[in-house]
Order: sequence, then structure tokens, then C-alpha cells
Amino acid sequence: MLSFVAQRVLKGVIVLFAIVVLNFFLIRLAPGDPAVVMAGEAGASDQVFVKQLREKFGLDKPLPEQLFIYVKGVVSLDLGFSFRQQAPVAKLIGERLPATLLLTLTAFAISLALGVLFGTFAARFAGTFLDTAITVFALIFYAMPLFWVALMGILLFSVTMEWLPSFGYETVGANLTGLAHAVDVAKHLIMPAMTLGLFFMATYTRMTRASMLEVKRLDFVKTARAKGLSDAVIQRRHVLRNALLPVVTLAGVHSGTLIGGAVITETVFAWPGIGRLMYDALLQRDYNLLLGVFVICSAMVLIFNLITDLVYRLVDPRIEFAS
Amino acid sequence: MLKSPSGVIGLVILLLAISVALFGPMLFPNSPWRMVQRPFLPPFTLSTVPLGTDALGRDVFAGMIFGARVSLLVGLVSTLVALVVGIPIGAMAGYFGGRVDDALMRFTEFFQTIPSFALAIVLVAILQPSIYSIVTSIALVSWPPVARLVRGEVLSLRTREYVQAAIVTGQSNSWIILREILPNALSPVIVLASLMVATAILLESSLSFLGLGDPNLISWGYMVGAGRTVIRQAWWITVFPGVAILISVLGLNLIGEGLNDALNPRLSREGR
Repeated sequence: MLSFVAQRVLKGVIVLFAIVVLNFFLIRLAPGDPAVVMAGEAGASDQVFVKQLREKFGLDKPLPEQLFIYVKGVVSLDLGFSFRQQAPVAKLIGERLPATLLLTLTAFAISLALGVLFGTFAARFAGTFLDTAITVFALIFYAMPLFWVALMGILLFSVTMEWLPSFGYETVGANLTGLAHAVDVAKHLIMPAMTLGLFFMATYTRMTRASMLEVKRLDFVKTARAKGLSDAVIQRRHVLRNALLPVVTLAGVHSGTLIGGAVITETVFAWPGIGRLMYDALLQRDYNLLLGVFVICSAMVLIFNLITDLVYRLVDPRIEFAS
Repeated sequence: MLKSPSGVIGLVILLLAISVALFGPMLFPNSPWRMVQRPFLPPFTLSTVPLGTDALGRDVFAGMIFGARVSLLVGLVSTLVALVVGIPIGAMAGYFGGRVDDALMRFTEFFQTIPSFALAIVLVAILQPSIYSIVTSIALVSWPPVARLVRGEVLSLRTREYVQAAIVTGQSNSWIILREILPNALSPVIVLASLMVATAILLESSLSFLGLGDPNLISWGYMVGAGRTVIRQAWWITVFPGVAILISVLGLNLIGEGLNDALNPRLSREGR
């Protein structure tokens, strides 16, 4: 178990290093002087700051040396300074990270729970009206652009029915504490989390359904039935457990999409996470901040992938950690 | 393909979308950028502007017709570029094996780990928004699955007798890959490609929604993004282009499923 984890962590670190190097070259892809690009376009920067940047990153030195300076900075968690926001990039991201984690993890939990539930139902009643209805809904949700789902949610639940707040993390100026504050945040969280979760829910529904139908046919299910186990036990302990494996793999593959979706969702709902930060950086052409968020997003995906790998091993009845 | 109902529905939707993109602008001369009526004209009030106007009095229907061009073009071209990148990488990895395979697959995995939408945003922002940078970015984030799929196919085809025979007769590697192996590995690639076009359309619309679209071309994502701030007064500006995206993506996904059933009958026994 330990060596497996160590191996995966090492691999993750190597990939992250490669992403940092990619980042270094990305900023040099932009037209113009990298110092000016980093400082932000269109007269936002002053000469002194540009000069400071040039000195700090050694932009007059040869390329390998520049790369070394850049990587050294990132390793010591120095992602540079956002001139536009007048704050270090790492600090800006640190402040926003909890909101993004709350949103993405809630969305992930919702999508996985509902997706597996609906998928199981559809497989259990394959060929019936229920199955068709679930399949059609999943197909439609799967094809909807996220930003549009978000806006339709606002139109329906905020504008028309006035059930839920349409933007923000909490009610501004309400100064709630304790439970009242938690309820307030939860109310603000429902729509963004549901929006972000819907696409993945559709994917997990389809995957669970297909995978359960596949596993159902296998010999060990027949054996279980021959042993006289009840249908419920067979479904839960034998079919579902095996059918979940591809779903877990998919969850790992989708972690990047989840982060990308967070950018859109946070933008529409003005959710104060790093996705929204990325959008702000984009609007202001604040490249240093943009690339900083990009590195952190990649790191999050790597961590998430590591976790799904571990979960896979826990769920898969064939793999034992002890061996 | 024509036997599966979902495939037929998808095909009809796609043909409809293609004809709108090709002939729509000829039949519908209103430029999507021109003011044709008062701003915020609700839909279904004037037959000349059936879907109403946006905040600047521009025709929403015209925008949707011209937007079809951008969506389909970006979807198709970026998928083609992704295939052009992914197929050779996958074929080489699968055919040569060993170190070549290792190196190419690590490279592919690297691209697969990077959050694709975030990378696309960064690339378009840095290269400056244009139809070229959008196609490039979408292709760059969508080729890895192609490479992995082709590698797997080539890996299993390489050991077949007819390929061994070609090697014995002294054919060159490139001839064997191009003439013997790839034609037989194409059917799953075609299925994947149809789904990739759908994903590319979603990616393009999301980029345009964030303001990273080509500033000279109207697109569905841009329209939704522009209508977003006035959604309380004018729901139609955001609703209709979104429906257009939904229907096209749905159509392509259905085609993908239909193709999958037709080309891989083994997998579709209990598929529906």
C-alpha cells in the first residue's frame, strides 16, 4: 500500500513539474515582452514594476537560467504577484480555494450518488418505461452546455419562482453566524452544485446502467443466485460492487472536467472560488494570475486522481492491499 | 446505422444543422450584427424577426443561423486536427512498442492529466482569441483519447497473420501501418470522432461564452454570454442559442451511439 502511494505521489510530482515547465513556455508564447505580459496588458503596469519583474525573473538572462529561476519560485510556493489585484498570486488563490473545494466536492457527491442511483434503477428495470425515461433524461443533460444550464436554473428558480438566490456565496450584509450562516451558504450552494453536478450525474447514470447490465450476465452472478442469495443481496454485494469499478475510473478521468466546469459555474453564479478568479484574470488579461490558477487546478486534478486510484483499489474486490 | 432509431434521429438533426449552416445565410440575408428592430423585441411578435432582438436590436434568429456555421466548423475542423495529431502518435506507439510506446504514452498521459478546459482557456487567452487559436486549443486538448484508442487497436492488430505476412514480404513500416493496419482500426475511431465533434462544439461555446470567441464571428456561446446580463428582462436571448447547442450536441451524441451499435455489434447486445 505504502509503496503504491509513494509511487503514485512521485509520478504526480513529475507531472506537476512538467506542467510548471509548460507554464513557463506558455507565457512566452504570448506576443510581446514577457515582463509586460506578466504585468498585465494595456497600460495597467508601470515601468518600475516591469523592470522589477524583468530583474526578478532574470528575463535578460539565457532561457535555461530563466526556467530555473521560475521553477525555484514555484517550488517555494511563490507564484508571482498580481499587479492588477495588488496581491501575491498564491495568497489570492489560497483565499478562494475553500469555496471551490466546497462547490466541486458537493457537486461530485451529488452527481455520484444520484448517477449511481438512477443508473441502478435503469438497469434493474431495463426495457421498461422507467429505464427509457432515465436514459432519455441522461442523454439530454449530457448534451446541455453547463453555462446554459446555470442560466436556465437562474431563470427558473431565482427569477420566476424566487426560491433560491442567483449569485454569491452568502447573503451580503446579513452577518449571520453559526447554523443560520451554514443554512445561508447551503442555499447559495444548491444551484451551482446542482448545475455542475448535472452533467456528471448524466455520465454516471449511463455508465452505471451499462456496467450493471454487463456484470449481471457474468458467471459469478449465476453462482450467487445458485447459492440461494436474495436478489437484493446479489444486486448490492455482487453486481453493484463490480459495476462501480468503471464508474470510479470515470470519476478520476472527469476530475479535470469538474475543475473546468467550476470555472463556468463560478462565473455565472459569482461564486468566489478560483474558477471565478480565473475568469477575472481572463477579463483583465492578468496572465500571471491566470497561469497561477492553471497550475493549482492541475495540482488539484493530480491529487483527485491519486485519491480515485486509492478508492479503486478499495472497491475492487480483486485487489488486496496486503499482497 | 440506419437500423438504430437514435442514429437516424441524430443523422436527421446533423443534416438539418449542416444545411442551416450552408444555406441559411443565403436565404436569410439579415446580418447578425446589424440592428434591425428596437432592442428587446420579444419573440413571436414580428414575422421578420421571429425570435426577437437582443439588447442592441440585433436579430436573434439571424445570429442562430450564422452561429451554426461557427459551431459546426470549429467542431469538425478541431476534431480533424485532433485526429491528425492523435492517430500517428497512437499508431507509432502501438506498432513500434517498447521505448517508443513508453515515451509516446507518457506524453499522452501528461496531456490527459492537464485539466483540458483550463488549458484551452489559457491557450486562447495567450494566443489571442481567433478562430485559429480556438481550433488549435480544442484540438490540443482533445487528441489524447484518439492516441490511446488507436494504440490499443494497433497493438491487437499488429500480431494478426496478415500483418505478419506483410512484414515477411518486406513491406516498409509506414506502408504496413497505413495500408494494412489503420484501415482496420478505423471503426472505433469514427465513433470516437463523432462524440469528439459534440465535445468540441460544447468547448467552443463555453470559450465564446467566457468572451474568448472570435470577435468577428457570431456564435451561439457568444450570444448566450451577451444575453446573460439581461436575462431578467429578456429570457429569449439566452434560451434560443442554448437550445441550438443542446440539439446539435444531442444529435452528434446520438450518431455516435448509432455508429457504435452499427460498427461494434458485439457491445450493443443489451445496449438499449
